[in-house]
Amino acid sequence: MIKIEINGQVVEAHEGDMLIDVADSADIPIPRFCYHKKLSIAANCRMCLVEVEGAPKALPACATPVTDGMKVFTRSPKARAAQKAVMEFLLINHPLDCPICDQGGECELQDVAFEYGDDVGKYSEAKRVVPDHDVGPLIATDMTRCIHCTRCVRFGQEISGLMELGAVGRSEWMEITTFVGKSITSEISGNIIDLCPVGALTSKPFRYKARAWELKAAPAIAAHDSLGSNIEVHTYHGKVMRVVPRENEAINEVWLSDRDRFAYTGLYAEDRLTVPMVKRNGRWEEVEWEEALEAVVERLKPFLNSPQDIAVLASPNATVEELYLLRKLTDALGVRRREWRLRQQDFRVEVPLGLKLGLDEVEQLNHVLVVGSHLRHELPLLNLRVRKAQLAGASVHMLNPMDYASTFDIADRLIVKPSEMVRQLAAVAKAAGAELPAGLSDVPVTDQHHAWAEALKQDKSAIFVGGVARMSRHYAELAALAAVLGEKTGASVNILPLAANEMGAQALDFAGESFNDMLEKGAKAVITLGVEPEYDTLWGERAVQMLEQAELVINLTPFANARAREYSDILLPVATAYETAGTLVSATGTWQSFKQVTDAPGDAKPAWKVLRVLGNVLDVDGFDYIHADQVLEEARQAVTEVGAEIAMPDTFVAGGELEVVPSLALYSTDMVVRRAEPLQQAAGAAVAETVSRLETEKVVLCCGETCVELPNRQDEAVAEGAVFEPVAIDETLTVPAVCAEVRA
Amino acid sequence: MAEIPLNECCYRLNHLDRSWDIDVYMANGGYEVWKKVLAGELTPQEIIDEVKTSNIRGRGGAGFPTGLKWSFMNRHAPGPKYILCNSDEGEPGTFKDRDILRYNPHQLIEGMMIAGYVIGANAGYNYIRGEFWEPYKRFDNAVKQAYEAGLLGKNILGSGWDFDLYTHLGAGAYICGEETALIESIEGKKGQPRFKPPFPASYGLYGRPTTINNTETLASIPMILAKGGKWFADLGVPGAGGTKIYAVSGHVEKPGNYEVRMGTPFKDLLSLAGGVWKGRKLKAVIPGGSSTAVLPAEKAMKMNMDYDSIAKAGSFLGAGSVIIMDETTDMVKALERLTWFYYEESCGQCTPCREGTGWMYRVVHRIRTGKGRPEDIEMLKDVSGKIMGRVICGLGDAASIPVASFLEHFEHEFRHYIEHGCSIYDRA
Repeated sequence: MIKIEINGQVVEAHEGDMLIDVADSADIPIPRFCYHKKLSIAANCRMCLVEVEGAPKALPACATPVTDGMKVFTRSPKARAAQKAVMEFLLINHPLDCPICDQGGECELQDVAFEYGDDVGKYSEAKRVVPDHDVGPLIATDMTRCIHCTRCVRFGQEISGLMELGAVGRSEWMEITTFVGKSITSEISGNIIDLCPVGALTSKPFRYKARAWELKAAPAIAAHDSLGSNIEVHTYHGKVMRVVPRENEAINEVWLSDRDRFAYTGLYAEDRLTVPMVKRNGRWEEVEWEEALEAVVERLKPFLNSPQDIAVLASPNATVEELYLLRKLTDALGVRRREWRLRQQDFRVEVPLGLKLGLDEVEQLNHVLVVGSHLRHELPLLNLRVRKAQLAGASVHMLNPMDYASTFDIADRLIVKPSEMVRQLAAVAKAAGAELPAGLSDVPVTDQHHAWAEALKQDKSAIFVGGVARMSRHYAELAALAAVLGEKTGASVNILPLAANEMGAQALDFAGESFNDMLEKGAKAVITLGVEPEYDTLWGERAVQMLEQAELVINLTPFANARAREYSDILLPVATAYETAGTLVSATGTWQSFKQVTDAPGDAKPAWKVLRVLGNVLDVDGFDYIHADQVLEEARQAVTEVGAEIAMPDTFVAGGELEVVPSLALYSTDMVVRRAEPLQQAAGAAVAETVSRLETEKVVLCCGETCVELPNRQDEAVAEGAVFEPVAIDETLTVPAVCAEVRA
Repeated sequence: MAEIPLNECCYRLNHLDRSWDIDVYMANGGYEVWKKVLAGELTPQEIIDEVKTSNIRGRGGAGFPTGLKWSFMNRHAPGPKYILCNSDEGEPGTFKDRDILRYNPHQLIEGMMIAGYVIGANAGYNYIRGEFWEPYKRFDNAVKQAYEAGLLGKNILGSGWDFDLYTHLGAGAYICGEETALIESIEGKKGQPRFKPPFPASYGLYGRPTTINNTETLASIPMILAKGGKWFADLGVPGAGGTKIYAVSGHVEKPGNYEVRMGTPFKDLLSLAGGVWKGRKLKAVIPGGSSTAVLPAEKAMKMNMDYDSIAKAGSFLGAGSVIIMDETTDMVKALERLTWFYYEESCGQCTPCREGTGWMYRVVHRIRTGKGRPEDIEMLKDVSGKIMGRVICGLGDAASIPVASFLEHFEHEFRHYIEHGCSIYDRA
């Protein structure tokens, strides 16, 4: 440690630390624009100029390393003169259109100008005007306001790995823009809104909706993937207006995925359910809650004598409290047929989910093997951590049915159809010394497999099994082989949780029957919580049919689409994660509780409260909670230990010549996201087309006699023999990927 | 006036037919030093000592002692190192390096080879400004000849030493003459200066230790080593050895390049260039290129063409680009053109230069078009002062110096424009 003096105050620092960081840690304010702690140093805005004793010129604090005994003055006449000069220059071409600028009130330029700017400008010439380009549905640009700090450019180069923005032209004509005619497509693009110190890059969905000072901010947890990003939800008159990241180094750092940032735009979709409804004689009637709950009791009663006729479907995004109460309630009624593992078709063996490494440990990895995962789409911020590891020297191997566009370098890849993925992974396991069961023991092992096995034997190696594997009919083999491989090589095995609370559902042992069995047996009465079976399962129309065939469907849901209004008998409007108190368990197993940010629209209520009252009206004991915390406390007691073993399945699923691979789009994951219009216009929205190597313009997919013709996009990135079928879209519901075959 | 010795170093062959051919160069002692170096007869340390003795200072404009610059490099540091030649010559008034590239390219090549050897670089790049198509072809052809003669490439003349030389054509940005912007440009990036430190000696091209010298500097090296550092030092003045090429332009009878000894009186240089155009009187001189301060005639006529004397007169030797202005010159118009140049060429990276150069141009332009305001003069002084010393590279300062110096010496012309809406030379 060394000592330096800032404005006469002695501050301890490490030799070589940048002055601005040292000053920040001592709470000594230095104005800045281009500096950002997560980005490289550009030293281009010159706002942080300070006086350093012995230096003839004022020096930029962001790029000046400290040395022992250094004397710094941040408010001396020399420092002030430099700072005020830079401020003056920054403002001459800035439009000063704060009254109509969305950044107004939370603008770094405005804040700094308040202290360092003059109240009257001397500049009386024409100001620079920069034409705007449409860069997509998420980010609004007003490039005339740009101060050229290049934070957004550096974010693309250094953090997201997609260089979508650059500075073209020089001098006053320098402009931050995309490549000619391109829009911004990164799955984490919204972060440049936060990074932009002025109103040049703002949120398009939030545009002109409210002023920053009118908003109420509340902390929350993002509920659209399993990472558990910390967020702040901003409301205006009780309506969610926007979502921004809340810093948490251990989880999302300062970033947020676009899915978590913009999903809120789906909250007030037209089919938002705001009143309890009961279907009587085939007609919907809006009723009071009391009446609705009485109807539940009345209509459910006939089935309670045979609880095996009742099935329960819950969203893996539901909170711990909701899942716990639903389990407790149905347990009390003797109902065991519960399921949350909706986007899974292979239940042959139990597969414990979990990211066993901390996200900081992921960054430190030396080697990563990704098995069946479109990491960028499944967990965008985990992808960032893997990217950091790769940039720091880690090697990454990919075993996938498609060579997904990556934001970092892949050392080696095996791009094969799903059945072949099993054989390739088996070969790596065999190379690592595993004894494989008959049916797999004969796989040929090449130098490549040996190299992959060796790579996993390094210290700090990990295997990630992702959503592409999970949705496949070979999930059991892939997970089991990953486990064997981990055992043989010492690599940590991580079956990635995807939805927001899969870890919670798993810890609560919510599932009692696989969805496959449920479909096969059918049910006379079904209770659903936040599920749209046609989109949230891999079974499409067949899942809906199960509900249509049931005599009673009680649907607790924030939204009710036309299908839900057909198959449901009672619709109970519940809150989304933004409108309830609750707890979500992140991929790494962190329990994160949050308070209710705002009220759900209309009469919609937090689902835990609805379930609590249902417990009362159904005369079940122990449903007298006053506060969500009490539910959580009890839920914690109910947690069951999850085993680590993954058994090898007895049989192996054969492959075919052409294998249909279910493909879930970035913005098809849950019912809120699917209703978020801006996301549905963005690059990650589902497209009704197959993707394959097939040299054909159309592909016909059939389940039995039912066929659908889809346009085919030919893409060499897809493995030979694999045909990607989009799931969770209307066009493919009748030919769900679980049974679809390509018809010649 | 005594006979002034001309063309003793970089231009020594310029009078010969096809002086750019390797045969002509070798017939005149060319590549002899390089062969001695390869034979081990001259060690890197001896070369550095000789260059230090020669008192040569960087000819690109900053005047940093070359021997000292070379001594910063650790020849034995592992990994690649680079020698770069800055032939971007973009400063208004400067055209001296062009004639080295055209008429004596091999002497530059030999200088780069030797410099590369001294600093332990096995590769060099000559960055030539984009507009220099003919010099570029000339130089590139000379490089080919040197390869064919076995003087470049792998295991040169059996010495075990490798050296590859690449010719890189710029794309027309003044800023790429700034050494770190030049590096960025070679790397294929937008030409923008890097923040320093780290300096190129530790983090240069592709992040490797790199030395950058001006064309004239490197082309002088073979002569310094052939004739001795003392010979070179004695040509010049104490503190700055050798000859210097002055690119004389503007209102003179014979504009052109004059390689004379350092310390030659300005008035002699002016005579060499045939004196002021049409027998007119001298009004002002920009002695070192557009970014050095303008001097009124009386000061210029008393100075000698070396660093100290010009500094005493209130300006800088710079790259030796002498712009002569006669008694009819409208200084407001002249400054308008200069401010436009810096406005146009600012890279746009850092705030004071990006915003300030345009501001200065607009105000000078307004004055020149008769719309000036009394407060404009103070404003120009204020703005130029606010840019200076607050930017990443020298361009901001280079843009401010003309404004400050024109106002220092010729403020009355600006006032006349403001008060009367026209030049002092216009009839009201």
